[in-house]
Amino acid sequence: MPALLSIEGVGLSRGGNEILAGVDLAIEPGEIHSVLGRNGTGKTSLACLVMGLSGYELTRGRILFDGKDIAGLSISDRARAGITLAWQEPPRFEGVSVFDYLSLSADGKPDRLDPREALGLVGMEPDLYLNRMLDEGLSGGERKRIELASVLAMRPRLAMLDEPDSGIDSLSIDTIDRVIRTIVKRGAAVLLITHRENLAEIADRASAMCGGRILKTGQPDEIGRFFRNHCEACAHINAPEGNGYRVVDALAFRGPNPAPSGEGGLGK
Amino acid sequence: MTQTLDYAQELDAIARAYAASGGDPSDFHADRGGLLVVSGNRALLGRGAEGLTIESEQLSDGVRARIVAHSGAIIAEPVHLCFGMVPVRGVQRILAEFVIEEGASVRFLAHCTFPNAVEIRHIMEGTVEVGENARMEYEETHYHGETAGIETLPKMRVRVAPRGLYRSTFKLVKGAAGVVDLDYDVTVAEEGIAELYAKIYGKGDDRVKVRESINLEGRGSRGLAKSRIVVTDRASAEVLGEIVGAGPGSRGHVDCMEIIKGGKAQAVAVPLLRVVEESAKLTHEAAIGSVDKRQMETLMARGLSESEAVDVIVRGLLR
Repeated sequence: MPALLSIEGVGLSRGGNEILAGVDLAIEPGEIHSVLGRNGTGKTSLACLVMGLSGYELTRGRILFDGKDIAGLSISDRARAGITLAWQEPPRFEGVSVFDYLSLSADGKPDRLDPREALGLVGMEPDLYLNRMLDEGLSGGERKRIELASVLAMRPRLAMLDEPDSGIDSLSIDTIDRVIRTIVKRGAAVLLITHRENLAEIADRASAMCGGRILKTGQPDEIGRFFRNHCEACAHINAPEGNGYRVVDALAFRGPNPAPSGEGGLGK
Repeated sequence: MTQTLDYAQELDAIARAYAASGGDPSDFHADRGGLLVVSGNRALLGRGAEGLTIESEQLSDGVRARIVAHSGAIIAEPVHLCFGMVPVRGVQRILAEFVIEEGASVRFLAHCTFPNAVEIRHIMEGTVEVGENARMEYEETHYHGETAGIETLPKMRVRVAPRGLYRSTFKLVKGAAGVVDLDYDVTVAEEGIAELYAKIYGKGDDRVKVRESINLEGRGSRGLAKSRIVVTDRASAEVLGEIVGAGPGSRGHVDCMEIIKGGKAQAVAVPLLRVVEESAKLTHEAAIGSVDKRQMETLMARGLSESEAVDVIVRGLLR
């Protein structure tokens, strides 16, 4: 089956620093794929690059969505093609009600999800929230759930969820799991960005990321072990060659495990 | 030649103008709630309500009004005020005195409407006395038509007695603004509260000046001066948010956000905090610039175009 999203040898620099140093990653239709890595390893930058946010321009490689190069597409065009991103820290909109926010997410789509239903799917009581303003008295966790609901309402083909569990109490991992499965059930793929191994394990496949590269892709439990052994105690933070570290140094840090091989590999 | 409208025609014209500014003309004929409708220098309708007295007097260029919410009166229905002019030219001066006696509570919904303004000067000089434990909310919505031929000069002097509350919202977000020079000054006594909100959208050659000043005199008094201004084309805006912390334990905050939407628009924000009592604490935040990029990109990531995203953000700010 052709990949829905194909990231091929992608590089990204910002402010003179190389953030992504040749990322290769493929997401299949309907797949839940988690990208697991410590903070600062380039996971969010990768999602921002795919979404086409300003300040995130390819320095090399290409990104294909549905087989088409999306380099020239604006954020809006990418969204209309079916790509969306749920931010780790959703912005606060003044004077916009929850209902309006969820409605505009779905605006114009014939198969739109009703805001009431979208809220219900993230475990929020619609009658308590639909008329509330996004900038008034909502906790970080509530805003995060609303962000997930807006992704649901949009019915994307690829939903990138950046640290969806941050700011949400631990009991709600189940909620995130349910939301992700709902998105998938409606025909979309999910790119799940996280630094938590237990969250990464709800995926079909996972990739470990460090130093702006995908180090290894495989089954979530396998990648989880890899992350435990190689990444958790590693001091290496997003610093590709030239900044005093090499990715291979990070892998050597713990010693006993052999350097990984296979998809993603050790970088170039 | 000056055309003179008879009472019914004028009432009908001002009712249409009231509707243009977002009011519901059926308010004029409802059988409950206080009401004052002024067209030019004529008070066309006026009625009090239980616990509320409204008196008006004609002036050569406007109307003097005295509105009293009597001691202990909790006035459930909002009091509707309409100040407007149908002609294209003229001056309207409103001298308004609001007295909210001890323990009273009242909410005013004021519409100032000048749908045909070509050369109009609208002057509002108001004094407000909010008594002990009393509460007054005043929401003023303006509509000036599309030609910007108006100068609007609202000036309010407010005193809030111990444990009283005064909350005002000045809103001019539809149509042209013209020249606006808003000047509000509030003095707050012990444990009293003052909240001032201004929301204005300036376009074309509009010039907007906002001064919101709160003097926190009393112990434990609280004040908030919040403004949301959007300017585009060649419009300009200048906002002064001023708070004085004079009362022990008083707390105040100035929050000013001005968005410049392209063109040659200009904006100035001056938060001015003065503390003359060591236990007072004042804070401010002021932001001027284009629409927040992060907000815009979030909306675009849901499929909105850039201009649609800006529109959602601006409408929200001015809501």
